[in-house]
Amino acid sequence: MKKIHVTTKINGDTVEFLCDPRETLLDVLRDRLGLTGAKEGCGTGDCGACSVTVDGRLTCSCLMLGVEAEGHEIGTVEGIADGEELHPLQKKFIEYAALQCGICTPGILVAAKNLLERNPDPTEEEVRYWLAGNLCRCTGYDKIIRAVLDTAAEMREAS
Amino acid sequence: MALDEYKPQKGGSELETDHQFKYVGTRPDRPDGFDKVTGRARFGADMYAPGMLHAAILRSPHAHARIVRIDTSKAEAMEGVKAVVTRADFSKNVPFAPGMAGEFWNILENVMAGEKVLYDGHAVAAVAATTPLIARDALKAIEVEYEILPHVTDVDEAMKPDAPVIREGAADKSVPEGMHPNVVRYHESGHGDVEAGFAEADLVIEDHFTTEATHQGYIEPHACLATLGSDGKGELWCCTQGHWYVQKVCAALLDLETANLRVTASEIGGGFGGKTTVFIEPVALALSRKANRPVKLVMSRSEVFRATGPTASASMDIKIGMKKDGTITAAKGEFRLQGGAFPGAPMEFTAMCAFACYNLKNVHQVGYDVMTNRPKQAAYRAPGSPMAAFAVESVIDELCNRLGLDPIEVRLKNAAREGTKASYGPTFPRIGLVETLEAAKAHPHYSAPLKPGQGRGISCGFWFNHGGETSVSLALSEDGSAQVMVGTPDIGGSRASMALMAAEVLGIPFEKIRVTIADTGSLGYNEISHGSRVTYASGLATIKAAQDAVRKLRQRAADKWGIDVEAVDWVDGCAVPSGPNAGDFDPLPLAEITKNMGATGGPISGHYEATPEGAGVSFATHIVDAEVDRETGSTRVVRYTVVQDAGKAIHPTYVEGQFQGGAAQGIGWALNEEYIYGPDGRLQNPGFLDYRIPVASDLPMIDTVIVEVPNPGHPYGVRGVGETSICPPLAAIANAVSNAAGVRLRDLPMRPSRILEELEKQQGDA
Repeated sequence: MKKIHVTTKINGDTVEFLCDPRETLLDVLRDRLGLTGAKEGCGTGDCGACSVTVDGRLTCSCLMLGVEAEGHEIGTVEGIADGEELHPLQKKFIEYAALQCGICTPGILVAAKNLLERNPDPTEEEVRYWLAGNLCRCTGYDKIIRAVLDTAAEMREAS
Repeated sequence: MALDEYKPQKGGSELETDHQFKYVGTRPDRPDGFDKVTGRARFGADMYAPGMLHAAILRSPHAHARIVRIDTSKAEAMEGVKAVVTRADFSKNVPFAPGMAGEFWNILENVMAGEKVLYDGHAVAAVAATTPLIARDALKAIEVEYEILPHVTDVDEAMKPDAPVIREGAADKSVPEGMHPNVVRYHESGHGDVEAGFAEADLVIEDHFTTEATHQGYIEPHACLATLGSDGKGELWCCTQGHWYVQKVCAALLDLETANLRVTASEIGGGFGGKTTVFIEPVALALSRKANRPVKLVMSRSEVFRATGPTASASMDIKIGMKKDGTITAAKGEFRLQGGAFPGAPMEFTAMCAFACYNLKNVHQVGYDVMTNRPKQAAYRAPGSPMAAFAVESVIDELCNRLGLDPIEVRLKNAAREGTKASYGPTFPRIGLVETLEAAKAHPHYSAPLKPGQGRGISCGFWFNHGGETSVSLALSEDGSAQVMVGTPDIGGSRASMALMAAEVLGIPFEKIRVTIADTGSLGYNEISHGSRVTYASGLATIKAAQDAVRKLRQRAADKWGIDVEAVDWVDGCAVPSGPNAGDFDPLPLAEITKNMGATGGPISGHYEATPEGAGVSFATHIVDAEVDRETGSTRVVRYTVVQDAGKAIHPTYVEGQFQGGAAQGIGWALNEEYIYGPDGRLQNPGFLDYRIPVASDLPMIDTVIVEVPNPGHPYGVRGVGETSICPPLAAIANAVSNAAGVRLRDLPMRPSRILEELEKQQGDA
């Protein structure tokens, strides 16, 4: 099938690519653009490992076609840190051991950052329901939830 | 503990055994944390090679069928298709043998079907093409003619005389005569006289239990990148729990010399036992050899469900007798496990673990390994043990209820201790079951008031733990930093525990140590990361390798000072003169010795290899509060506490993580997760939407208590911690449900429809 030209913005940079119209945004990010931070855990929008933001909205990149990125702004885990300075969530995830194998971590960080941008003071229940679309098989979520809540508290103090 | 009380602890914990340690028992940031929060850690699917092709596998839509004909010519003719393989492209020199003796043949047959397809999802052919889309399109062009055969997917059905035979001749000599050919292995063990024991009991309960197959559910599907030439030399990158095993199996299945295939383990996105074998790696290698190009092969989630190892499902009969004072007089169990279309269901572990928590005069257990038309089971966290604990701990709970006894007191009364002859044979050395029960009894959770509609359950659990072949190398750098090369993939933070143990021996800070997971070309054979063995066995080898390096460091100091090496101690990272020379020279720090090592005798390294056999067995006691909605039948876990003996927690935060993860998986197994087969023998729920693992909003915080009863078989007392945590949850939740709603669930999962059925029966009885 003939490839289509797409212009988009990823983590603030303008990016152009050619893709088959059947390719998902996740395929494009990983296989065409070398952004392998987003992971394919299911390909059906059930696990959240491929989470990105599209114009600020949390999205499973496996459920969106690459060509649909035309004209939109995409945010991935690679864009979370500010240069060499990790985002507070990234630091807290390490400190709390909120990851074991780490495969779900990029998606959970993207989702958690998106939550804190909308709601800087979430309850435990709000964090649990916001992250209910991000599967983690290793941790039982305990340390993830604590890390997100503590990050939120620290960011509130800092602001 | 309340949410606001919890902060990650930076210092050491306050256990007595800690006083001798400087680094072990502290909680530093894991060395690979940065990579894993920034997305730069490379997992199985994150590797690319120049000229790489993409592969896809054609899978059987039938549960059981003879392959009459495969025609790949149309696929081969498609533009962009570079290779197609079938069973003909694999070794013809892998011998068939009954039972587990033919495991390589079993793996080959599972990797690519031979004469028959044996389950829905069984691989029949594979394609490598220039793009993933072309590869997938090409699968549709492969023509396969099947002769459909009768199938069976249920363990009890598969043992009946008229059940379809999966494979003649697969049974080994352990199976008694007269059994169906689908029964391929048999186990029997125990001691005493159970019938006499039952006669002594005041109450005997006999009951039947079932558990469904569940999947390990790692979030990362299997993925690999293979390069193999017709010269027989290859490279393989894959997500695996054990790359030396992958190397050995792939070499056998493709007629290669083992050493000519170098395997590198990627970061691994979860395994839980499911990545202890091979599925796609030999296929990618065969395609690469045929196409003469690197080949990447990544499974889809539905392929993971249909064709990689779920755990075995089980049908179990348990009989236990108890006196009014709570003494168990006898226990008997029969365990029938199906592990798919191959021998290997871990029924001997089920039988051996079933009563291992208790000191029993009379105990007898029997296991059957049964084949069905399902995917080949793979290990899943304490394989075989959770289902046994579900059945046994449910019956013990029922006995306690009917005799009006406290479930913890009864378990304490019967608990296995040091010197107990285990139900599976050996005599226990120092073990920590009693300590976990005492800690559970003293925990505020056990005495906290319950709300209406809630019930509390407890259960114990047991796992053997394992040592296994292990090799570790350690090399010092001129600046005094150290690199440690281990061969066990880091599946949950083990780099941190290795670095802590090396730091402890060398006496240098944790941050000066870099732990690398070596590839098969860089280190001797290492068994898989399984059996909760990594912190125990690779840890032991790391300690010994570091001690080997310290001996050499002491020798350099002795040479410099012109004294005997025996008169040099190693204290806090420095060589120190001792004995008659004490105080004669200033302490010589490690970095001072390594600075000149090139001129004083060359590089300083340490090495150790062995098959350590002192893995300490491990016990846990879990407390759970569950709430049952009597209208919908849905069950919610509202509070959970894990108490487990870790021997010695090297990095307590990651030990807690293992406890919590095992509990969460157990909650899924108990309440939601199951393989559902239709009458056509096809898997009905091969995706995370219909196979529902616990999500964040399903679970409460999971409290942990680390008990430390040192394992005499490890220098620092380590016992494996990864697996035992999944053994108690199934029964603990069933017991909580029983106490909450007055109904006893004997079949897992305890889905709402089953709870409602039991509640209706209860109302009918009333």
